[in-house]
Amino acid sequence: MIKKICLAALAVSMSASTTLAATDITWWHGMGGRNGEVINELAQKFNAAQAECAITPVSKGSYEEALASGIAAFRSGEQPNILQVFDAGAATIINAKGATIPAEDLLKDNGFAFDREAFIEGVRYFYADSDGKFVGMPFNSSAPIMYINDEALKKAGVEAPKTWEEFEAIAPKLKEAGYLPLVQSQLTWQFTENFFSRNNIQFASNNNGYDSVVDTTINVTDENHVMMYEKLKAWYDQGLFGYYGAAWNDNQKVFEEGKAALWIGSSGSFGGLQKTATMPFSATFLPYWGSIKGAGVHSFIGGAALFAMAGKSDAENKCTASFFNFLTSTDVQKFYHQATGYVAITKAAYELAKSEGYYKEKPAAEVGIQQLSLPGAEWDKGYRLGFYPQIRSVMEREYNRIFAGETTPKDAMETIKKEADELLARFAKTAG
Amino acid sequence: MKRVQFNSRYLPYLLLLPQFVIITIFFYWPSAQAITSSFYIEDPFGFGSSFVGLSNYTDALGSPEYQKIARFTVAYSLIVTFLALSFGMLLALKADAVIRGQSSYKTLLIAVYAIAPPVAGLIGMMMFDQHIGPFVHLVALFGWDMKVGINYYDTAFAMIMVAVWNQIPYNFIFFLSGLQGIPASIREAAAIDCKSGTRRFWTVILPLLTPTAFFLLVINMTYSLFDTFGIIDVIVKDKPANNPITLVYKVYLDGFRGNDLGSSSAQSVILMVIVLVLTLIQFRFIERRVHYG
Repeated sequence: MIKKICLAALAVSMSASTTLAATDITWWHGMGGRNGEVINELAQKFNAAQAECAITPVSKGSYEEALASGIAAFRSGEQPNILQVFDAGAATIINAKGATIPAEDLLKDNGFAFDREAFIEGVRYFYADSDGKFVGMPFNSSAPIMYINDEALKKAGVEAPKTWEEFEAIAPKLKEAGYLPLVQSQLTWQFTENFFSRNNIQFASNNNGYDSVVDTTINVTDENHVMMYEKLKAWYDQGLFGYYGAAWNDNQKVFEEGKAALWIGSSGSFGGLQKTATMPFSATFLPYWGSIKGAGVHSFIGGAALFAMAGKSDAENKCTASFFNFLTSTDVQKFYHQATGYVAITKAAYELAKSEGYYKEKPAAEVGIQQLSLPGAEWDKGYRLGFYPQIRSVMEREYNRIFAGETTPKDAMETIKKEADELLARFAKTAG
Repeated sequence: MKRVQFNSRYLPYLLLLPQFVIITIFFYWPSAQAITSSFYIEDPFGFGSSFVGLSNYTDALGSPEYQKIARFTVAYSLIVTFLALSFGMLLALKADAVIRGQSSYKTLLIAVYAIAPPVAGLIGMMMFDQHIGPFVHLVALFGWDMKVGINYYDTAFAMIMVAVWNQIPYNFIFFLSGLQGIPASIREAAAIDCKSGTRRFWTVILPLLTPTAFFLLVINMTYSLFDTFGIIDVIVKDKPANNPITLVYKVYLDGFRGNDLGSSSAQSVILMVIVLVLTLIQFRFIERRVHYG
């Protein structure tokens, strides 16, 4: 312990001496493990690339913990310069006008060039306001994609499905071949939010919540969405779909062990999967319903964005802008994409990785970007819903009850709508 | 007995001051804050807030979900307290009767207490894991398809098992020392009067153990209400879904995960009142029956 304290003190004094005369900025994030290490590498690269600014990343635990710490710090005036906020928390921070400086304004005011068109289609709107201005700077971005157990498909003699109709046709064959045809890892993200995006159906009133917080209501009772869950339950009862609770890894494990044929995971999962999967695998897009008109567009972006917190000096804000600019540079994007498995968010970085033959080596790494680069439509830009982490909890509760046989999909959706609309109305009051 | 008097009128207050400052900073002040913010619906960043009167309280108390959690919390606390006390006492009685190798028995039984609740939760979770849990495999032989994480009652069962397992050693230590505090002369006298060991336990040993048992009752109730937070967090893996949780966990979920400070504050005030009432009941009605030797 004493040794650790001494080392920490030494590290602090060294960093203080090396960054003398530079402006210090801090960055709070919610990433651990290898992804946390990559953040430190990014910070080192930035600090080495220029002398005016020095950034210090601090891990605050999980996404939720990072947001909670950021809020607590802001209330006592101790906020960091940059805060990482995850997709479900976007409404909380963006609706708190005055808590952040929109990333686009920050960059332009400090003399950096900013081009919305440089970003791939799927990441452009999620953290932007209803006019398309970037409020948050997209950072680690992912998409729900389908991983394929190559052995299973070969044994059953079938092709990977593009639509859920195709899945229904091949699922019995996969079952006959001795595999569990389908598992997933997060129903809320993969079968609700991105059901609405991929199938191009309105998710919430008020333009998916972008236009106003007042009287926003959620659209989970949409007949197609209810149908999706009725299908999942029927597949579950027929042994075509496996469900092991709301926890991500309990479901992923079945696929890793080679027992399942198809798994809906994250585009960011492939790095880990390469180490844990016991069989060869590939990946493709998240299926959609061929029967729904206009379906098959890109998915919502998942992951998190960086927000520049308000209440900092101009010099510090300039450094924050400089760091954002650094993050979107092609080389850095390519490095981050390859080191973590998150998608490259700029077209240039994607082109660079492609020209270097990276996806020939690792085709699964390209699927997320391709899915996010699909043509956009009206309802796949994003959603902006207050108290959304709680709404997700309500969904998780009801979805578990569906598979435990305690409720029907239709009743579950009505319960979710009732409770979610109440939460949304509550959130509207917080702005009062 | 000689009464000790302070020379100065102010000295006692001065000596009280450090404790008072600590209580004020860590208890009274946050409590006052919680009570104030329980009357508002507030933007988490502190930009806007609307006064809503008692509606945070009525919303929470009127919600079927909250009532369900409250019912579970009551059942959970009673079951955990009852089982942890019974097993603790049973083991203490048996260990007290062992003559050879007594200290190894004791050490083995006490060692579990050194495990922190989240670690206990992790170990417990491994026992009950859907894919690799030895306990799940065992009960599968008897036709119980245990699904911790999906089935409400299976998760509740796992939670109670882990919470009880983690608390038994603490109760064991206190009961054992309580037993050893009973004079041998009383035991011997009782043994002459009554042949049945079970009867002696109910009529002589247990009444003499009541001070220890009462203390442990209070401690175990607070343990099951509050300290099992870590176990619950590990077992539900951060996503409670339809699984059982306690009121404290709900306060955390709404406040720290959901950033709904108003509702979370109202819930913590409700909890504060519950604990106050519980403590009053315990000291008013149960302590009367405790026999301090």
